[in-house]
Amino acid sequence: MMRRLNERVTLRNFAGLVLLAAFSLAGCKHPAPLNTALKATAAGTALVESSGGHQVGVTGTALKDPLVIQVNDDQGTAVAGAMVEFHGPTGVSFDPAAMITDSSGQATTSVILGSIGGRYQLSAMTPGKSKPVSLEIVETALAYQQRVGSILADKYCNRCHDPESSAERVSNHDNLEVKPHAFTEGDTLNKMSDADLTSIILHGGPALNRSALMPPYGNTLTAADVRALIAYTRAVADPPYQPAGTVYARK
Amino acid sequence: MQSMRKYLSSAWQKLFGDPVRAFGVVSVILLLSLAIAPAKEHFSQWHNYQRHYLTLIRDRGDAISLRRRFEPGIHQIWLPELGVVDRCTTCHLGLNEASLSDVSQQPFRKHPAIPHSLDGFGCVICHGGQGQATTVDEAHHSERAGEEPILPAKYIESGCGQCHQNALTGTPQLNLGRTMLTRYGCVHCHAITRPDGTKVLATDHPPSLVHIADKTTREWIYSWLKDPQAYAGSTTMPNYKLSDGDASDISAYLVSTSTPHAGDTVAADTKTAANADATAGPSLYGQSFCASCHAVQNAAGNLVGGDIGPELTRIGNKAKPEWLTAWLQNPRIYDATTPMPHYRFTPQQITTLTAYLQGKSDSDYGSGVHLDAASPQQIAHGRKLIVELGCAACHEINGVQKPENFAPDLSTIGSKPLAQIVFLPGMDHTVASYIVAKIRQPRAFGASVKMPQFALSASQTDALTTALLALTNRGKSMPDNLRVAAVPDTNYQPAGHAGKLITELACFSCHRINGKGGDMAPDLTWEGSAVQRPWLTDFLKNPNTLRPSLIRRMPRFNISDSDNKELTEYILAVYQSPAIDADLAPSATNPPEAVEHGRQLFYSKYACQSCHIADTKNDKGYIGPTLTQVGSRLTPAWVYAWLKDPQALRPGTTEPNQNLSDEDARALTAFLMSLKSAGGRGAKQ
Repeated sequence: MMRRLNERVTLRNFAGLVLLAAFSLAGCKHPAPLNTALKATAAGTALVESSGGHQVGVTGTALKDPLVIQVNDDQGTAVAGAMVEFHGPTGVSFDPAAMITDSSGQATTSVILGSIGGRYQLSAMTPGKSKPVSLEIVETALAYQQRVGSILADKYCNRCHDPESSAERVSNHDNLEVKPHAFTEGDTLNKMSDADLTSIILHGGPALNRSALMPPYGNTLTAADVRALIAYTRAVADPPYQPAGTVYARK
Repeated sequence: MQSMRKYLSSAWQKLFGDPVRAFGVVSVILLLSLAIAPAKEHFSQWHNYQRHYLTLIRDRGDAISLRRRFEPGIHQIWLPELGVVDRCTTCHLGLNEASLSDVSQQPFRKHPAIPHSLDGFGCVICHGGQGQATTVDEAHHSERAGEEPILPAKYIESGCGQCHQNALTGTPQLNLGRTMLTRYGCVHCHAITRPDGTKVLATDHPPSLVHIADKTTREWIYSWLKDPQAYAGSTTMPNYKLSDGDASDISAYLVSTSTPHAGDTVAADTKTAANADATAGPSLYGQSFCASCHAVQNAAGNLVGGDIGPELTRIGNKAKPEWLTAWLQNPRIYDATTPMPHYRFTPQQITTLTAYLQGKSDSDYGSGVHLDAASPQQIAHGRKLIVELGCAACHEINGVQKPENFAPDLSTIGSKPLAQIVFLPGMDHTVASYIVAKIRQPRAFGASVKMPQFALSASQTDALTTALLALTNRGKSMPDNLRVAAVPDTNYQPAGHAGKLITELACFSCHRINGKGGDMAPDLTWEGSAVQRPWLTDFLKNPNTLRPSLIRRMPRFNISDSDNKELTEYILAVYQSPAIDADLAPSATNPPEAVEHGRQLFYSKYACQSCHIADTKNDKGYIGPTLTQVGSRLTPAWVYAWLKDPQALRPGTTEPNQNLSDEDARALTAFLMSLKSAGGRGAKQ
């Protein structure tokens, strides 16, 4: 009799413990919604990226320009007062992560990239009228080596390879008879192997039967510099670069 | 109760009733207790991760080689010299596995490429956290005494700064932070000693306030003290959040103790100024390249110009016309160490420029300020405030000593124990967030905190935090041979009359010579080997543009002919490279075949026209200097040596070293030397 009672007590305790654990786990899994304080007064049916997409930043830091998303209705007019939530993979954070669109129908957030280099697929979401609408945004984070590449590219390469001019730096791109490829031109650069890129940087255009307007940098840059430059072009290539990967024979 | 006792005694009887059974039971208990330790290890967190890792690699193509490299058990990187005992690799198993670059699941990701091997440096040197811990919580988040949580990724460059005291290409944030420590006045109050014992010295130039009343009015000082950024958004002067009375008292003290200075009382010729052409001012401002150092806010609200000198958007509100006239006449009379060159303007030019700068004013600025004459008590209170706030740590002030060790020493701020920090509610308990909060809102830590409010952007704050986090105990305690020393500016000072001219013209503000000076303009250390005498004389007289794409250019100084000769002689005689032997160089005049061969090489083999213009009709490249008159500008010896190895003559130049053969370099030199200016001598008049 007594034994059974004991068993029952421990069982009940055990059940209680399990319940408690389950509750606490559930509590962890579902944090309080971020947007309790925000009240949407309108709803849109489409999201448009105004600015701030396709930026290249540095791991762990905020992107230079804020991400601006516009909410539109069926007619394509801006909707003010609609809720927009931003989501991203682990490590990415938004400030703020959810907000109500302003009078011009726009939601502006600053994006802080995660600590790992690569492409980040972010999404903006609005509840919509009947079903939620979302929009994908891509940003790129440069890790150490890629960033070194971007600094070197700025010093040695971009004067010719970047067709965009700025007030501080006028592009030499249009002055050249043979137009250099921008480092973002994935269509061309993705087809070139690392070995090809290395030899064109080290020995100049003629190494691959291309224009001599591209000078050789083999005696100016170190091997690590060249690797960094290639890592950078791979990181910013659009469409994205897919490495061939190692092929192993399987048993 | 009765039944309970009965139950217990029957259980005792069952287990230990006879010796054999008792022996068996005790053995079982002993065996179980012996199993506790292995079981604990088996169920430990790291063991779990290692099992996960094995499952992860099981189905991969290179599973066999990955398995061969996998070692079960606790891993440790032990580097006694660096004080590193890191067990992070016990769970972070794929850090060195190149083939795991597609794995995004932590803790198995491959480490991104860095210049150092993980085994040679460990993890906590850069990432912080507890290297010895074997659970995630303890390793990443511990806040116990003497421990610190892991460092957020945005400050990762601080790790590099513990050993590398010099500027690295890959650490722009750390480099910016270190520059800010010296440029924003931090080290005027806070002493920072580098691990090698050298002091971090300020590179800014806070103005002396000894003759301040000559320069500006008490009302302007008052408005400035109340909010420096309202006068000039780009100023590095912080906001002390003074009350109206305090600002008034400080301004009273400064003005009342200011001594008149000889040469500051040149009367402004306002009559001529009124008659001057309205476009003369802006065009003189432009011609003198004032914007290379001074910024002005344009109509769109953007700052345009350099940051070596103060912003001039509202200079008319600040500077008295007579002071401005005297300053433009010779800035070195008011301030002997100013980075501003002595331009040698003509009286007419000074009038024009004074009138133009006086016009740069904002009628709303400080318009509501009316200060009554101050009583002796108020002046005394002003002095007390100046002493308390440490104004004299940056500025020279009459009657107040420069305070020593005014603010806490920051030489090991990056290792400040968490237990010594009073955190504000809601703050992360890390040194990094403490430093950020302290920079952003120092007065939030208490009303008695003297540290003023700096106007810094978020990225500037992060950069400064990175530089401060690099100042650690580990950096101090590591052996000297593991550190890379900073390259400090030399204290090179050219001698004689030419040396005086170089100081007066403030050549070092833009040019670097023998390891001292700015980086805005070319290094002149070997300039004497590079250029020809007639060109240099003409260039000093009237600097023409060598690089059309540059915004910042050499300004024109009205140097007298004798000074010009002196300077030319000095540069040609002293700034000679020992590596260049003019006697062995190719000759400046060559047969037409050699020139033609060089031309062929220039245009086809080496395609120099992608960056240089040798022929204005066809060439368009404008990254490098224009070469149309290079034969009149450079010496053949320099051209030859430059073509062979540009970086040897100017480290860091972007011209690639093409590894030319001697013959090709000679042919190219022959072609380049044939490109003479039309006048046959020097630059265009």
